[in-house]
Amino acid sequence: MTVANPTAPPATPVAPRFEPALMRRKLTGTIFYGACLAAIGVLLLALTFLLIDVFRRGLPWLDLGFLSGVPSRRPANAGILPALVGSFQVGIFVAIFSFPLGVAAAIYLTEYAKDNWFNRLLQTNISNLAGVPSIIYGILGLALFVRLLGLGPTSLAAGLTMTLLILPVVIIASIEALKAVPDAQREGAYALGATRWQMVRGSIFPAAAPGIMTGLILAMARAIGEAAPLLLIGASVFVTFLPNPLEGSYTVLPIQVLQWASRPQADFQGISAAAIIVILALMLVLNGLALVVRARLSRHIQW
Amino acid sequence: MTTAARPLTRHRPLSERIIEVLLFLSAAVGVVTTLGIVAVLVFETLDFFVVVSPIDFFTGTFWSASILPRAWGVLALVSGTVLVAAIALVIAVPLGLLAAVFLADYASPRVRTVVKPILETIAGIPTIVLGFFAVNFISPQLLIPLLGRNNIGGFSALAGGIVVGLLITPLIASISEDSMRAVPRGMREGAYAMGATRFEVVRKVVFPAAISGIMASIILAMSRAIGETMAVLLAVGAKPQFTIDPTESVQTMTAFIAAISLGETAQGSIEFKSLFAVGLTLFGMTLVLNLISGWVVRKYRTAY
Amino acid sequence: MNTQLSEAPVREAATNGPGPAIRLATLPAGGAAPTVDAAPEYVVELRDVSCYYGAFRAVRNVDIKVAKNAITALIGPSGCGKSTLLRTINRMNDLVPSYRSEGQIMLDGQDLFAKEVDPVAVRRRVGMVFQKPNPFPKTIWENVAFGPKVNGYKGNLNELVETSLRRAALWDDVKDKLKQSGMSLSGGQQQRLCIARTIAVNPEVILMDEPCSALDPRSTLQIEELMAELKREYTIVIVTHNMQQAARASDTTVFMTMGEDRAGFVVEQGPTAQIFTNPRNQLTEDYVSGRFG
Repeated sequence: MTVANPTAPPATPVAPRFEPALMRRKLTGTIFYGACLAAIGVLLLALTFLLIDVFRRGLPWLDLGFLSGVPSRRPANAGILPALVGSFQVGIFVAIFSFPLGVAAAIYLTEYAKDNWFNRLLQTNISNLAGVPSIIYGILGLALFVRLLGLGPTSLAAGLTMTLLILPVVIIASIEALKAVPDAQREGAYALGATRWQMVRGSIFPAAAPGIMTGLILAMARAIGEAAPLLLIGASVFVTFLPNPLEGSYTVLPIQVLQWASRPQADFQGISAAAIIVILALMLVLNGLALVVRARLSRHIQW
Repeated sequence: MTTAARPLTRHRPLSERIIEVLLFLSAAVGVVTTLGIVAVLVFETLDFFVVVSPIDFFTGTFWSASILPRAWGVLALVSGTVLVAAIALVIAVPLGLLAAVFLADYASPRVRTVVKPILETIAGIPTIVLGFFAVNFISPQLLIPLLGRNNIGGFSALAGGIVVGLLITPLIASISEDSMRAVPRGMREGAYAMGATRFEVVRKVVFPAAISGIMASIILAMSRAIGETMAVLLAVGAKPQFTIDPTESVQTMTAFIAAISLGETAQGSIEFKSLFAVGLTLFGMTLVLNLISGWVVRKYRTAY
Repeated sequence: MNTQLSEAPVREAATNGPGPAIRLATLPAGGAAPTVDAAPEYVVELRDVSCYYGAFRAVRNVDIKVAKNAITALIGPSGCGKSTLLRTINRMNDLVPSYRSEGQIMLDGQDLFAKEVDPVAVRRRVGMVFQKPNPFPKTIWENVAFGPKVNGYKGNLNELVETSLRRAALWDDVKDKLKQSGMSLSGGQQQRLCIARTIAVNPEVILMDEPCSALDPRSTLQIEELMAELKREYTIVIVTHNMQQAARASDTTVFMTMGEDRAGFVVEQGPTAQIFTNPRNQLTEDYVSGRFG
């Protein structure tokens, strides 16, 4: 039919023909939907295998002696008390330092800072800091806290280093919480003759507190789970005593896990897994705490 | 409270000034941190470059910090890092984007409340746990049975890449989902009204509209993968080599810094100083990626 | 024509009282307080006030006298700068970065725009109630106590909270739940809480920015009754979109509109009854009769 028949009448103009090919398009869509489900399935599977593997290896080792004991060359005698105490110390230092610093910085940036280049720089800088690899903070902590300030490789130096690491996270979460407070709250306080600080303290902070505290607790969880910077702050030693925060060595749970997991023997993998269970339990507790604190602080808030 | 007792003029109390200064100083801690990081890395690296030529450092492909003869070709570490990050992205980009699309356009609110926590849990797992998972599960029970004992060992870039991929998937998923959800309902409805199927709406409307957030999430995830330490430290081994073979054991920049810190290296030694030069390289790479990601967001931000 | 047009708002007002014209003319809402006929004492005087957002002039050359212990209503079409003007009186608009104002606002003989005047101190004497109730996310008690606390009140806070809530006609509703969130109250109650909060710092002037626009008719009526009560002790300036409300509740009405340059200006001010029944300016007449705006 390549040659048109000249005698044939000209084709009557017809409406453009649609070929929706619905079957094929629907099939593509179904395949794609299947791929989405498969992706979720892979993630769920990975998480399940991870938890099963950790619990299968670790649970047999997990008992009171493990929680209250000190590391030992024999896995059966080993415990994690020094690492647990070290993690608590670091966590508490992080909370003590990052709460006032992070909230104050967020308050400055949202409630005080005028829109000029310097304040924009502060803001941009904080989001860039959030993307700096954690181990780089270890290098800074080593130079600044361990050497320059002479704190030595202690859990105090570790706490300060981790504070710098999570500060951007705390600040960003706090800024979001503060920005979510309606301006009507600010005006309400000002209209009563409040100064800026009275407005912040009496009206904006309580309104933003649920978001701020949630952010802080989750950041603490991150500080307890993250350990890379502490490799440089001397957390890598064999500690069989309870650490003094101001003097002498310390270790933390993730580093204890690392040390045991680096050994080939199955028993060490076992106690490593047991320590992981303890870390995961701590994460669970902190996440639960965040929920409780959030609910408690927002009981007066409805908007 | 009579009128006379309440003058309209009033000096701003000193305490207000002091508070503002304290708040400003807290906000400035971030800048001090940045300056501190740059200062430490640059000064110590310059010290290192007195001994080792920067040209050898940045162009060499052999790295041996402790074993003689020493070699300081950082490309060996960079290649290990990039290899692991690339494997991670190959895994995380499809998984993360599919999960994001699922959450943004397919999942019912009830399904969301089940799927979201899975992603958040994965994001919240300490990375050392993923390292443990790589050594105890991914390598011995997945990779070795699959590829054969002769082809892959207990430590490999592949094992590290897989767990790092798992680690950055939630990051890609959550940022991408946010930007997909930000696409206005009207745009979707317009496409549905023309007879598009859900997949066509996703592919032709939602995806292009959300592309800046998606790109930014991928670049951020790349930066995160390059900077990850604890998971790769256990998983990839400790063999710095210039390779693109994923079954090989490699060493990443972060793992090298960690290994030097773990060891008994004297702090004044040249090995220890090399740590700062590697740190500066790592910092530079992630900084560039973070800046690109910020630029992508600003440049391609769609105003709805 | 004229009669017919000006009747509309008056007829509405009739539902709430005896003959509207009579009520408006002889007895301003609220009763016994000084009437507009007596030589009034002025608390606030705006002299040639202009307001700017950046280069845009939002309000130009406004002169208004606000009588003591009376309710002054600012009416006019949307965007004519009523709220801007109101928020200038307690220097609330100082918080808007590009904002500035010219002219003078005299409060008890002092110019509020004078260099040495602290806006915070101004707001302690000129309170404000907002369009949408904005209680703090705190208990009812803390909401009322906030103002006295920030102003360094030394007396018995419990007493002050109670008196303020009583004056705001809210005490009976909340006396058993002072520890509950201020946000748990109904809209009308929230607005009365905000009024209680405002009078707890004992201001001379209370500014109200469309205080009933988010409320149902019943709550609106309660607020209006409360205003009539409050003017015994306070001077009230209210911005309202609701002409019936201005006609019902105010003693003096200021009508503003927008010029060609989109800047708001005052067309006419006078006793409410006169503005609504016998406006002098055609623009006012068109507006109050519902022909424009």
